[in-house]
Amino acid sequence: MRIGFFICHCGSNIAGTVDVVQVAEYVSKLPNVVHSVHLMYTCSQPGQKEIVDAIKEKRLTRIVIAACSPKMHEVTFRRAIERTGLNPYLFEMANIREHCSWIHDDRELATQKAIELVEMTIAKVARHESLFSNKVDVNKKVLIIGGGIAGIQAALDMADGGFEVVLVEREPTIGGKMAQLDNTFPTIDCSSCILTPKMVDAGQHEKIKLITYAEIESVSGYVGNFEVKVHKKPPYVNYEKCIGCGICERKCPAKAPNRFNLGIGEGKAIYIPFPQAVPKVATITKEHCIYFKSLAEGKLNRCKICQKVCHVSAVDFEIKDEYINEKVGAIITAVGFDLFNHSVYQEYGGGRYPDVISSLQYERLLSASGPTEGKIKRPSDGKEPETVVFISCVGSRDDSVGRPYCSGICCMYMAKQAILTKDHLPESKTFIFYIDIRAGSKAYEEFVKRAQVEAGAQYIRGRVAKIYPENGGLIVRGVDTLLGQQVEVMADLVVLANGVISSRGSNELAQKLRIPYDQYGFLSEGHPKLKPVETNTAGIFLAGACQGPKDIPSSVAQGSATAGKVQGLLSKDQLETSPLVALVECSRCIGCFKCLKVCPYNAIERITLKDGSLVASVIPTVCQGCGLCVATCPSASITLKGFTDDQLIAEVEALCR
Amino acid sequence: MNKLIALNNVNQKFIHQVESISKQKVSNCYQCGKCTASCPADFLMDISPNQIMHLIQIGQKDEILNSDSIWVCLSCITCTARCPREIDITSVFNALRIISRKEKRPVSIRNVKLFFDIVLSSIKNQGRLNEVPLLLKYNLWSGMLLNDADLAPSLLGRGKLHFIRRHKVKEIKEIRQIFSRSRISDS
Ligand SMILES: Cc1cc2nc3c(=O)[nH]c(=O)nc-3n(C[C@H](O)[C@H](O)[C@H](O)COP(=O)(O)OP(=O)(O)OC[C@H]3O[C@@H](n4cnc5c(N)ncnc54)[C@H](O)[C@@H]3O)c2cc1C
Ligand code: SF4
Ligand code: SF4
Ligand code: SF4
Repeated sequence: MRIGFFICHCGSNIAGTVDVVQVAEYVSKLPNVVHSVHLMYTCSQPGQKEIVDAIKEKRLTRIVIAACSPKMHEVTFRRAIERTGLNPYLFEMANIREHCSWIHDDRELATQKAIELVEMTIAKVARHESLFSNKVDVNKKVLIIGGGIAGIQAALDMADGGFEVVLVEREPTIGGKMAQLDNTFPTIDCSSCILTPKMVDAGQHEKIKLITYAEIESVSGYVGNFEVKVHKKPPYVNYEKCIGCGICERKCPAKAPNRFNLGIGEGKAIYIPFPQAVPKVATITKEHCIYFKSLAEGKLNRCKICQKVCHVSAVDFEIKDEYINEKVGAIITAVGFDLFNHSVYQEYGGGRYPDVISSLQYERLLSASGPTEGKIKRPSDGKEPETVVFISCVGSRDDSVGRPYCSGICCMYMAKQAILTKDHLPESKTFIFYIDIRAGSKAYEEFVKRAQVEAGAQYIRGRVAKIYPENGGLIVRGVDTLLGQQVEVMADLVVLANGVISSRGSNELAQKLRIPYDQYGFLSEGHPKLKPVETNTAGIFLAGACQGPKDIPSSVAQGSATAGKVQGLLSKDQLETSPLVALVECSRCIGCFKCLKVCPYNAIERITLKDGSLVASVIPTVCQGCGLCVATCPSASITLKGFTDDQLIAEVEALCR
Repeated sequence: MNKLIALNNVNQKFIHQVESISKQKVSNCYQCGKCTASCPADFLMDISPNQIMHLIQIGQKDEILNSDSIWVCLSCITCTARCPREIDITSVFNALRIISRKEKRPVSIRNVKLFFDIVLSSIKNQGRLNEVPLLLKYNLWSGMLLNDADLAPSLLGRGKLHFIRRHKVKEIKEIRQIFSRSRISDS
């Protein structure tokens, strides 16, 4: 056995704290080590060349590199080693950066620790064996969860690239929040004018299968071969037959809150969300339908007016929950966001004042297809407001409500809404209470200036302390911190800049997908800079506001970026799987199948041996090498390749020497 | 306020002192102004609560300790309840008053000190607050003899004023001990 050892300076990242020369010297005296050097940057081209050359010249058979985390460069080094013809699994990394130099100050002790980490690794690598990966076929279909602008963009890009797409949307229509917006910053173009064509394309594309009013029930499998069960909720209208004429909605006698307009104006128990909906079909909300309500109460009211008036017999009260199984190679999560519920702010009325509304409700008031047909009428009495006050950071940048982060989009939509208010009501006056104005993207600062100068929005720097009703209006008491004085405005309408929070149910979905999420529920990207649309689970990707607050340009950019990544993955016919998987020694297996219960990837199956006994067996292409089964097996018959007992004990022994 | 604040003269020791007495981290303040917006006494203050917070951040000790604001503050805790960064501003104001008294600085509003002194001496001597002597003493020494006299009938009617001297509290010794342990309130 001829072990080669390479220690990296990583500039001063490692060498600043660890005496790399001393470590290399020490290691050179260890048994079986025939080559021990320190290099400035092992991962650089010259660094890799040194390693490759040394393997060839010194006929090295085991390699240890002491550098950063294997998460960073294990793959880099494996590839370099493979180029020499050596099996890439005869190699091991010692992490002396994240685990040593970055977290210690004392040079002597850090060097000692680095030596110990390296000794362990050398003891382990001596027991390595050549390992070989398997190949699995890749399913070329992609599943996209969430049909907001990010999901739609990803679906269109994938489909245009020739890939089959399954787009699953929870609501009866795709479109997401963007469908609810009036005009959009920073150009003030009509949201539905730019969104509708994309929605229609997505609805008509031959490669896109749209499943709306549906959610993900379960996910199993692994990159290249996921199996997904989709739960389609019963809309009590046959979506295939419905032509979206809307006569049912006009005739339905049951009033219901209008969900799409966020409770402003009335809706019906059977409804089509909005005129441009895709698919444009009607859906019954069971809890408001007279027929279903009477059924639940044990009485029988045969309202069913919708069914009677429908020309194409689409209404069907017998529709049941439906489960659809899909096999896909990759999954894109684009479940978007929700708005912070401002009712916790008692000082702003706690949701009790009808004329203190959310920003998204205001979008509906501004929208020509909204409940007031684009006339700004305040909810309490339908009066056109003369003075509109906007309050920023409601549920953002506020530790006291557990939301310390900036929502990123509200400064901009407040400026937009102030401009639109002036457009709709030229005589009106607008005030914007802000703490800081965050307008960092292209053309954003100019847009805010337009609100200030052209639309005359009065920006007041300070948070609002309270709002209370008086004489039919609302008194807004705040501060102008630039003057150091309290200020007061009599407002007719107050619009709150509700912060961005993670989408309802996205954490349950993340658990099904086995992807991590942060403390606020936003789904975690693989790396904050270098893997913005990947997750830590291979084959699962992110796009849009589900990863964190985002405006439309960034959501679209991410949708396209994700599609690019997924096309790269799915353009391969086969994927190599990691050989670091579990293996059952069937002669020792007692057939208790405890492993089968703990395996999170369903990678264990029951097989019958020649002698008729039933034992466990690991499907190597499915196993992700987590090691749960190894720890669980009572007869110690499972080993994890690359992490055998023998190897781990050698490491511990090296440490205890 | 001074026209020119020399930012090199940040009094770091003062910042530490305020932070250790109040157990608050003043750099948490991001100057949203909600404390000022909610303060019922702001109209009496020469420097608003958020400005006081900022002056502490830049270590302007004299500016703050010479202000009326620290003596006008009612300790009503509204600012603390509203602060989005969860700073206990009321405790910060308390710390400022403590520092001022420790250093025996003049209290910018004379009658505030008078009021505090009478209240404290009443507690120290009787173990409780006696409203009638408090009012009489305060009016006498502040020279505002008939101050709030119009309130007397209604307070009397509600049984809020007692002319007959009530007994001292039993644990007067313990109360005295509290006073001797916190020397600052004695001055
Ligand atoms: C008041 C307001 C005004 C705005 N104005 C502008 C503007 O002028 N310009 C601009 O650039 N941006 C604006 N934005 C931001 C814009 O709305 C977002 O950038 C955009 O909607 C993000 O798109 P998305 O697809 O990531 O998320 P979403 O629009 O939230 O879409 C997510 C979709 O996923 C679906 N979904 C959620 N969970 C599931 C699930 N479990 N299963 C299946 N489907 C699911 C949802 O129903 C939804 O259809 C504004 C936002 C607000 C609140
Ligand atoms: S974008 Fe503006 S309004 Fe929204 S949280 Fe950030 S600073 Fe506050
Ligand atoms: S190591 Fe065991 S538990 Fe983990 S994935 Fe493989 S088979 Fe399943
Ligand atoms: S505690 Fe003092 S500073 Fe705070 S609100 Fe009350 S009076 Fe104002």
